[in-house]
Amino acid sequence: MWTGGASSPAPARRGCKTRTGGRGREGAGLGAARVGHSGKPSRGLTLFTGLPIMSADRGRYRGLDRIGDKPMAEQTGVAASDEVVAGLSREQLHEIYYYLWLTRQVEQVLTNLYRQNKVIGGLYRSLGQEATAVGSAYALRRRTDGTGDVISPAIRDLGALLLMGARPVEVMRQYMAKGDSPTGGREQNVHFTDYRKGYIGLISHLGVMIEVMAGVALSFRIRGEDRVALVYSGDGMTSTGAFHEGFNLAAVRRLPLVVIVENNQYAYSTPVSKQTAVKSFVDKAEGYGVYGERCDGNDVLAVYEMTKRAVERARAGEGASLLEVITYRRKGHAEHDAQAYVPPGEIEYWEARDPIDRFEKQLLENGWATRQELESIRARVDEEVDRARDEAEASPLPEPDAALDGVYGDRPTARPWTRLAVPDPHYA
Amino acid sequence: MATATKESKRGRERPEHVRHTELGKPVTFLEAIREALWEEMERDDAVFLMGEDIGVYGGAFKVTEGFVDYFGPERVIDTPISEAGFTGAAAGAAHMGLRPVVEMQFMDFVSCAYEPLTNYIATSRWRGSGPVPMVVRGPVGGGVRGGPFHSQNPEMAFFHTPGLKIVYPSTAYDAKGLLKAAIRDDDPVLFFEHKKLYRLPALREVLPQEDYVVPLGQARVHREGSDLTIVTYGMMVHESLKAAEQLAEEDGVQVEVVDLRTLLPLDEDAIIASVKKTNRLLVVHEDTRTGGIAGEIAMRVNEKAFEWLDAPILRVTAIDTPVPYSPPLEDYFLPQVADIVAAARYLVKY
Ligand SMILES: Cc1ncc(C[n+]2csc(CCOP(=O)(O)OP(=O)(O)O)c2C)c(N)n1
Ligand SMILES: [Mg+2]
Repeated sequence: MWTGGASSPAPARRGCKTRTGGRGREGAGLGAARVGHSGKPSRGLTLFTGLPIMSADRGRYRGLDRIGDKPMAEQTGVAASDEVVAGLSREQLHEIYYYLWLTRQVEQVLTNLYRQNKVIGGLYRSLGQEATAVGSAYALRRRTDGTGDVISPAIRDLGALLLMGARPVEVMRQYMAKGDSPTGGREQNVHFTDYRKGYIGLISHLGVMIEVMAGVALSFRIRGEDRVALVYSGDGMTSTGAFHEGFNLAAVRRLPLVVIVENNQYAYSTPVSKQTAVKSFVDKAEGYGVYGERCDGNDVLAVYEMTKRAVERARAGEGASLLEVITYRRKGHAEHDAQAYVPPGEIEYWEARDPIDRFEKQLLENGWATRQELESIRARVDEEVDRARDEAEASPLPEPDAALDGVYGDRPTARPWTRLAVPDPHYA
Repeated sequence: MATATKESKRGRERPEHVRHTELGKPVTFLEAIREALWEEMERDDAVFLMGEDIGVYGGAFKVTEGFVDYFGPERVIDTPISEAGFTGAAAGAAHMGLRPVVEMQFMDFVSCAYEPLTNYIATSRWRGSGPVPMVVRGPVGGGVRGGPFHSQNPEMAFFHTPGLKIVYPSTAYDAKGLLKAAIRDDDPVLFFEHKKLYRLPALREVLPQEDYVVPLGQARVHREGSDLTIVTYGMMVHESLKAAEQLAEEDGVQVEVVDLRTLLPLDEDAIIASVKKTNRLLVVHEDTRTGGIAGEIAMRVNEKAFEWLDAPILRVTAIDTPVPYSPPLEDYFLPQVADIVAAARYLVKY
C-alpha cells in the first residue's frame, strides 16, 4: 500500500478527443486539442484499427494553475506550489508510479504461480494497459470507510482495484482459491467486493456490471451524496444488451456514472472491427446523449485528467459520461491463449509504447522523480509483492463444507445425506 | 453421402483434423462434435455457424477450428458479444430457411439469450409463425475449476419451456449422432456438451464411417442390471458407471444405468421399463438438487409405476449452491462416486 500522503487532485483541461452528446452541454469542441505527456510534439500515432490518436504537446500543462474559473488550490487542496503537473504533486506522481509497478509485479508473480500450477483457474493479464486502470481510478475519491466513490473493475483492472485498497495478498489468494481469500475460495481472480474501500466484484457475464453500477449511481442521486460510480468495460463488453440498457438508464436519469471503455483492440480473439461499426467507441456517447472523451490509454496522466473531468461533471450533477481509452492487450485473453490471430509486429509495436516505460521517462525527463526515487519505489514494491506471495502460498485451502454457507442470510444449504456418517435421506 | 468422400463439393480436401472417422481412427467427444458440424455443413448449405471467436480462433475449445478457412466467413460468423442478439437472429434466419447452429462460448452465457429462446423461439411454431430449426450448443458442467460462471448446468432453466428440445450426450458416438439429428430437427434444440468429456481419453472411439443419426427423445441403457436403476445423463453417466462397477464388485449388486441423452422430450417409457425391471430407482444429476430433473422423473414414475417400486425414489445431485471455484469446495459441491454408492446401498437394503 502507498503510505505517502494523497489528496484529491484537480482536473486540468487538456483534452483528448471530446464528444458531447445531446442537449448541447458544455465540453464540445476539443476534438483537435489532443495533448499528451510524452514530452515531445508528435504527429500522433495510428493504431492498427486505423484510428489516429494522441499527438503530444508538451508545455501546455506547465504553469496551468486554473481550471475553468476556479483557482487550483481551492479545488484540490494541493497547494499550487506543490503541483508539478496535472494538478498533481511530486508525491502523487510517485504514488501513481508505485501503483503501476505494483500492478505489473503482482501479475508477474501470478504468472510465475500459474506456471507452477498454483493458480487454479485462468490468469488474465493487463500487461501494457496498466495505465488505463491506474490513471482512471486515481481520479476518484478513495476512502476506506464506505463513503468514497465506488468502482467495478473489468477483468483487466487489477490496477484500479489495488488503488482502491485491495491488497496484493488478497488478489493472490483469490487466484489460488485459498480459504482466506476475500471470497473464501468461492470466486476467482478480481471477482471480489469491499464496500468500505469502494469496489464491487464483477461476475463473468459481461455487461451486467454496467447495470449494477447504474444502480449504485442511482443510490447516490437518491440520497443526495456527491459520490461517483465508475465502471470499466472492455471493447467487447459494449456489445452486450446489458451494457446498453444499463448505460441508457444512467444517461437518461443523468446519474453520476462514468463508464470507461478500455479499447485494447481485442475481445478474446475478436478485433474491434468485428465488434462495432463505429470508428471509435466515444462516438457512441452522442447516441446516448452523454459527455464523451477519448484518450491515449497508455498515457497515465492523460487517462487521469480525462477521468477527472468526467468525475467532476458527475459529482456536479452533470450526468453520465462515456470515456474511451485506447490501449492494447499484449498478452492473450488468458495465459492459455497463444495469440495466433495477432498480426506479426503488432505486439512489438505496442511494447515500444509501454505505459510504464513512458511514464518513467516523463518522470525523469521532467525532473519529477530521480532514478533513485524510482528505484526505491520499485524495490519497495518487489518486497511487498514477495511478502504477499509467501503469505498467499501459506494460506490454507477452504474446508470443503464451507461451500454450504452463504447462499441465504437466514439458513444454510442442506448437507448431502449421502455424506452423513449413517447415510439417511430423511435428512436431505 | 458426403461424409464418406474425401473431396468436398468445393473440390478441396478436408483438413486432417476432421478426417479421423473417414480414416478409421478413433475420435474424442470433441472431435465427434466437430465432425458432426462439419459433415452437416457439407451436406446442407443451409447450415451455418454463429458465435464468439468461432472463426479465426476456432472457438474457445477449438471445436470449429479450421471451419472458417473451408466454409468461409459467411457460414462461420464471428459475432460481437451479443448472445441475445445472435440467438434471436438465428431464429430469423431459420424462418427464412437456413439452419443456424449457434455456439455459446460457455453455456453459462445462454442465460443472456433466455428471452429470445423461451419467448420467441420456443413458442413460434405454436403461435403459427412456423418452426424454428436451430441449434444452440456449447460447453457445460463443472469439475474443471471454472468457478460459478464457467461451470453451470443450465438445462433446467429451459426444461420448463414447452417448444424447446434439450440434448445432453455422454459418449462420442451419441454426441455425433445426436448433434446431426438436432441440426436436422425442425424444432429448436439446446445441445449441452460437458467440457470435461471433450478430451477425455477414455471416451475415444472409432465411429461408423457412414452417416448416422441418434434420434432425439430416446434414452439408452448404458449398462444392464437387475437390482437398481440409475437414471442419469452427461458426466454423471460415467460417475454412475464407476459406482456400478464398485457395487458389482463389493456388493454383488447389479445396477442398470440409463443414459437419458435427451432431457426434453423425456423418454418416459425407457425410465418406466427399467424401473419395472429393477424396482428401485436412483436419479443422479450434476445439476443442483432443487428443481433438478430428478423431481420430474420421480413424479412420472409415481404416476405410472408406483406399484412396481420396492423402495423410495432417491437422488444424488449437486448441492443447492452456485458452483464454487476452489477445489475442496467444488468437490464437495459435485456429486461423487461415493455418494452414488452410498445411495445405492441404502436403496438396495431398504
Ligand atoms: C455475456 C458473456 N459472453 C461471453 C463471455 C466470454 N468472454 C469472457 S471475456 C470475453 C472477451 C471480452 O472482451 P473485452 O470486453 O474487450 O475485454 P478484454 O478481455 O479485452 O479486457 C468473452 C467473449 C462472457 N464472459 N460473458
Ligand atoms: Mg478488449
